[in-house]
Amino acid sequence: MPFDYAPAPESRSIVDIESNYGLFIGGSFIEPTSGGFFKTINPATEEVLSEVAEAGQADVDAAVAAARRAYDKTWSKMSGKDRAKYIFRIARLIQERSRELAVLETLDNGKPIRESRDVDLPLVAAHFFYHAGWADKLEFAGYGPDPKSLGVAAQVIPWNFPLLMLAWKVAPALACGNTVVLKPAETTPLTALAFADICQQAGLPPGVVNIITGAGETGRMLVEHPDVDKVAFTGSTEVGKAIQRAVAGTKKKLTLELGGKAANIVFDDAPIDQAIEGIVNGIYFNQGHVCCAGSRLLLQESVADEALASLKRRLTTLRLGDPLDKNTDIGAINSSMQLSKIEELTASGEAEGAERWSPTCAIPDKGFWFPPTVFTNVTQAHRIAREEIFGPVLSVLTFRTPEEAVAKANNTPFGLSAGIWTEKGSRILWMANQMRAGIVWANTFNRFDPTSPFGGFKESGFGREGGVQGLGAYLNVEDPS
Amino acid sequence: MGLEGRAATLATRSIKKDSKIWAIDTAISMVDLTTLEGMDTDGKVRALCAKALHPDPTDPTCPAVAAVCVYGDLVATTRACVGDRVHVAAVATAFPSGRASMDVKLMDTKQAVADGADEIDMVIDRGAFLAGNYAKVFEEIVAVKEACGDAHLKVILETGELKTYDNVRRASWLAMQAGADFIKTSTGKVSPAATLPVTLLMLEAVRDFADQTGTRIGVKAAGGIKTSKDAIRYLVMVKETVGEDWLNPDMFRFGASSLLNDLLMQRQRMRDGHYSGPDYVTID
Repeated sequence: MPFDYAPAPESRSIVDIESNYGLFIGGSFIEPTSGGFFKTINPATEEVLSEVAEAGQADVDAAVAAARRAYDKTWSKMSGKDRAKYIFRIARLIQERSRELAVLETLDNGKPIRESRDVDLPLVAAHFFYHAGWADKLEFAGYGPDPKSLGVAAQVIPWNFPLLMLAWKVAPALACGNTVVLKPAETTPLTALAFADICQQAGLPPGVVNIITGAGETGRMLVEHPDVDKVAFTGSTEVGKAIQRAVAGTKKKLTLELGGKAANIVFDDAPIDQAIEGIVNGIYFNQGHVCCAGSRLLLQESVADEALASLKRRLTTLRLGDPLDKNTDIGAINSSMQLSKIEELTASGEAEGAERWSPTCAIPDKGFWFPPTVFTNVTQAHRIAREEIFGPVLSVLTFRTPEEAVAKANNTPFGLSAGIWTEKGSRILWMANQMRAGIVWANTFNRFDPTSPFGGFKESGFGREGGVQGLGAYLNVEDPS
Repeated sequence: MGLEGRAATLATRSIKKDSKIWAIDTAISMVDLTTLEGMDTDGKVRALCAKALHPDPTDPTCPAVAAVCVYGDLVATTRACVGDRVHVAAVATAFPSGRASMDVKLMDTKQAVADGADEIDMVIDRGAFLAGNYAKVFEEIVAVKEACGDAHLKVILETGELKTYDNVRRASWLAMQAGADFIKTSTGKVSPAATLPVTLLMLEAVRDFADQTGTRIGVKAAGGIKTSKDAIRYLVMVKETVGEDWLNPDMFRFGASSLLNDLLMQRQRMRDGHYSGPDYVTID
């Protein structure tokens, strides 16, 4: 008998999803003035999970006004020590409710429970704990003796790590003394709404955190709102550019964390099996819905064949299927729109002459799925080497010398991350200095930590999130009057 | 990332129901039931042999273990007890330290085989290995293999003394090229003994060796594996690294003593639907 794993589904009954959700403004859930609602579905089954309010202009105005009131009356006047108490409380509540939040994230996003449970949720809690610790120590952060907050932060986050991106935005904003209006992505609003419940549970003063749901138009109204002091956006480069145009000429402070097309560079002295783990984690983690994904694999030609054979063998062990099954490695693509984009780009890869390969794996009938895919014979000229696919698709290129690896890795409009695999320490340091990328991983990939700043070069955006550097994005560092 | 990350991820696999029943029986059939103590006696060994043949005397469907593993001087007693129903493994070559002259090591091996051992668990000379004298380690394995005759040779790397993954990888290849039938993590006398990452590395080595030479080498994880949960994690790692071909007692073994009773308790639980307790398995 072969050793097949029996289904091991995480229990869905641990979460209560309401049939509809209002907007979280001023500390309570309220109906949208427009009266409009939209559906959010489970991308693995296409089942409707809930209906969520669509915020219009009047709602955005109300949310910003609530944030302004909370800033003026409460939050900006509170000592850092007292702010820290609230943030620590939020962090503890997230830990206590982590199983529920992980299941909810998996239902709404499609990512495997193994990742939401073992990666997303621990990092979410860690971000709140880390920033809670900063709240009463900002004068030691290197931004002057008494750094001031900015005011109301408008934050728009993507669907790939819904709750984690919320944590990256909300935790530093609150720690630095700002109040927040946050808009989660329209396909993954549920964990942000659960976070609203946590804010209530933590007794956070009303209006310090406001969560409004809606699509791109709601996001546009929020970032263009005149009473906003800070705009933070994570998402596509295209939308990021539009936001930068909208913010130009205002006093709003801006950070953008946009797309990427990271090179994962494997030298011939690297332990191949271990590098393969990094490559797999780099591009197939979270179905490749990762802005810093290692989507371009650069293999030194002398080990290219061996590495490709190992990679393909490893990919045949990936388990695609029910995201709630604890043994699933690859979950569902987040939306039909994203699936079409991946299909369009992979079709262009084939049309342009690259060679496509996927392991044989059964694709479920319902929901949105894409098998882990490798393209070989890719050149810098191919669209799949230049454009961000944001799916489980790896483009493999080769190089001969370190200089060539550097040139190819940097030959992209993006500059978010890079990976270097070699046993030689001096080469790691030399390569890291040459990389035009905000994050460089050596002999690992996709490792995150709240103490480490994250952000890009070039069209991957600007500003940093996490670490001491990330605090600067939410403090008045230009005008310390 | 790498070995430890991969091993940690595989350790999160959740094995339930039928897969678990199968895994527990498979794990029992892979156990080298071991006693390697200064206080070992004929009586102790006879009791162990009875346990090896019928791990759960209340349930005839329970498989026997793979082998009984003892010191060389107890091989004759062991063979007399088990007949040819399970393998008899003897530790040899001045186990566990390996510090003896070559002649003594070869005599140790030949005597065990003559007394009826059909598997020899030898230790490598870690001193020579760490001094960079790989040729000495290699030639010793070749000589012991020859002394084994038809007996299967398991080569103990003692990974807890080799310390680095690079060393373990090198020692694995050395042993395989010198003629080992199995490579084995540890004596059980040094901590850490078997770990998931080190066993993963050795599994990758046997997989690559099979790819390059066509020869399949077995792997034995020994020492420190105490629970069914641990054992199942090893089986998951075997399946996802080298595949189903290694999921049998000819290709993968556990060197253990207390593990067996935990497997038996889990087996009874899967059968009866409730835990029985330590008094419902025998302590031999």
